[in-house]
Amino acid sequence: MQRRNLLSLASLILAGMIPAGAAVAAEKPIKIGAVAPKTGPLAGGAAVTQWPTIKLWVSDVNGRGGLKMKDGTRRTIELVEYDDRTNPGETIKAVERLATVDKADFIIAPYGTGLNLASAPVFAKYGYPQIAVSAITDKTGELAKRYPGIFFTLGNTTAFAQSVADILSQMVKEGKIGKRVAMVNVADAFGIELAEAARPIFKKAGLEIVYDKSYPLGAQDLASVVKGAKAATPDAFVAWSYPPDTFGLTELAKIEGLNVKAFYTAVATCFPAYAGKFQASAENVLGAGGINVDAAELAGYFDRHQKVTGVGADYWAGPVTYASLQVLEQSIEAVGTDRAAVTNHIKSGSFKTVLGDWKFNNQVIDQFWTVGQWQGGKFVGVASTGKTGAKSVQVKTGW
Amino acid sequence: MDTLIIGLLLGATYCLMALGLTLQYGVARIMNLAAGEWIVVGGFAAFWSFTVQGMSPIWGFVFAVPFAFVVNWLIYQFLLTPLIRRAKSRGALEVDSILATFGMSFIAIGLMRTAFGGEFFNYSFLSEPVLIFGSAFGLNRIAAAGVAVLFCVVLYFWLLRSRTGMAMRALALSPASAKLVAIDVQKLSLIAFSTGGAIAAAGGVVLSTFLTLDASVGVVFTMKALIIVIMGGVGNLRGAIVAALLLGLAESAIATWVDPGLTLAAAYLLFVLVLLVKPEGLFGTKK
Repeated sequence: MQRRNLLSLASLILAGMIPAGAAVAAEKPIKIGAVAPKTGPLAGGAAVTQWPTIKLWVSDVNGRGGLKMKDGTRRTIELVEYDDRTNPGETIKAVERLATVDKADFIIAPYGTGLNLASAPVFAKYGYPQIAVSAITDKTGELAKRYPGIFFTLGNTTAFAQSVADILSQMVKEGKIGKRVAMVNVADAFGIELAEAARPIFKKAGLEIVYDKSYPLGAQDLASVVKGAKAATPDAFVAWSYPPDTFGLTELAKIEGLNVKAFYTAVATCFPAYAGKFQASAENVLGAGGINVDAAELAGYFDRHQKVTGVGADYWAGPVTYASLQVLEQSIEAVGTDRAAVTNHIKSGSFKTVLGDWKFNNQVIDQFWTVGQWQGGKFVGVASTGKTGAKSVQVKTGW
Repeated sequence: MDTLIIGLLLGATYCLMALGLTLQYGVARIMNLAAGEWIVVGGFAAFWSFTVQGMSPIWGFVFAVPFAFVVNWLIYQFLLTPLIRRAKSRGALEVDSILATFGMSFIAIGLMRTAFGGEFFNYSFLSEPVLIFGSAFGLNRIAAAGVAVLFCVVLYFWLLRSRTGMAMRALALSPASAKLVAIDVQKLSLIAFSTGGAIAAAGGVVLSTFLTLDASVGVVFTMKALIIVIMGGVGNLRGAIVAALLLGLAESAIATWVDPGLTLAAAYLLFVLVLLVKPEGLFGTKK
C-alpha cells in the first residue's frame, strides 16, 4: 500500500512537470503490432531485414512528431513486439493476441513466406491489412483474391528465376560465358519452388543445366555439393539458397576454386555481413534483390539506418519493408485508423516511398528488383521488372 | 578419396559437437538439451575476439572455456542438484533434467539475443585451400579436425589413465556400485558436467571458423550431439567418436553418390538401424 501511494504521488509530480504545450501532442498514440522471429531458424534473417527496419520507421515517424492525421492532430506510434520463434502456430497466436488483447490498430506483416501465408486467414478474420514483404510465391494472384486485405511487394518466383536466366543467356550471347549451368537449391519451400520454376525457364533460355541437386536446410557441410558442381565444369553457378548456406557455399566455392564467371547465391547475398565476411572476394557475386543505390528517394537511408539501429541495412527486402511501412503510414494519414478504409486506400492510392512511386495492381507491386551484384562494395540492382537505374552485369574474375 | 576425406572432416565436426554431451549425459546423467547453446557461446567468443578485438579467434578459447566451465558448475550446483536429490530413479532424473535443461536453453537463447543481437555472425579465418591428393579442402576444416583429434586423444587418456578418469568410467558404467567403492558421485558428476560444458564451448570456437551461427542455432547442434551420444552408447567416449565418424562418412557418401538432399534422411536411417540392431548403442553395455 505504502509503495502504491508513493508511486501515485511520483506520477502526479511527473504529470505536473509536463508543460501545458505538450498537451497538444498527447493525442492517443496509434498502436502498431509486430510479430516476427527473434529466435528460431529465421531469426538471423529477421534481425537484418525486419526488426531494424521497423525500428527505423518508428523512430523516423515519432521523430517527426508522429503521424499527421486528417484533423491536423499528431499521433505517435506505440509498437508492440512479439517473437513467433519461427513457428507458424506462434505467429497465428501472436496475431490473434494483437487483435483481441492488445487491440492493435494495425499489424505489420510477419517475416517469411510460410509465416505470412499461415497468418493470412487471421489477418483476414479481424480485417487487418497485411502488406507482406518477405513472402515470395507464384500464387500472389490467387491469394489476393482469397484475402482482400493481403498485399505483395517483393516479387514472385518466376520473375526471380527469369531474371537470372536472362542475365546468363545475355552473357552467353555476348560470348562472355558458355551455357553450362550448375544449379543447387536448399530443400525448403523457397528453394524447391525456385528450382522448379528455373528448370524450364533456363532450358528455354538456351542454357544447359549440367548439375542439379538439392541439400537439406541446415546442412553443416556443403563440400560434396560444391565438389560435385565443380566436377560438372560449369560456366555459371546458381544456388537458390538461404542465409547460412549462402555463406557456406560461397566460402567453399572460394576454397575449391570454383572459378565460374557468373556466381549467384540467393537470400543473404545482399546482407552487409556477406561483404563483411568475404571482403574483396564478394566483388561481382550475383544475388537475389538489389536496389538502385543512387536513387534520390533513398538518399540518407543507409546512413540513417546505421545510426538509428546500429546495424547496416540490407540491399533488398529491408528497404522494401520500409516502403511497405510508408504505405501504411500514408494511408493512415489519408483516411484515419478505420481498417477497411485503410485497406481500400492501399488498393487504390499512390505512395511516395524510398523505392520511388508505388501503386498496387490487384494488391501486388509489379515493379521490383530481382537480381543484384556486389560492385565496388555496394550491392547494386542489375535486373528488375521495370525499375530504373539498373547497372550492367560484370563478369566475375576469380575470387 | 574425396568422399572419404569429406566424410572424415565432417565426422570430426560432429565429434566436436558431441564430446561435451557425452560427458554430461554419460557420466553426470544429465540429458542436457542446452548443450548446443554452449557451442554458440564459444562461437561468439571467437567472433568477438576476431572482429571486435582484432585478435585471433583462438583467443575465444581463453574467454569461453573458463566461462563455460564456471557457469556449468553453477548450473549443476544450484539448478540441477535439487533435481538429483529428489529423483527417485534414474528415469525420473532423466525426465526432470530434460525438462529443466529445455527451459534453460530458452533462457540461454534469450540472454544471447540480448547480449549479441539476433543477427548471423561469421568471419573468415584460415579460409584457404589445402590440397590433399590433388583436391582442395578448407584449412579451417582441417584445423578443426586436428583439434577434434586432439580433444579425443586427451579425453581418452584422461579417462583411461587418470584416477579421476577411472572413477568417471566407473560412474558411467554403474552409478550405484560406484558409491560402494568410495567414489564421490556428486563431486565427480559436477566435474563431468562442467568439463562437458567447457568442451562444448571449445568446440564452438573451432566450429565458428567455418559455420555461420546465430543466437538460436544451438538446437541444431544439440540434436546432432544427441543422436551421436545415443548411437555410440551412453557414456562411451569411443562409441561417440565412432558414431560421429560413421555419420560423417555416411552423409558424405550419400551426398556424393546418391543425392545431397538425402543426407539428413541417411543420418536418421543409420540412427534407427543402429538402435534396431543394438538398442544400447554401438559400444553400450547391456543392462
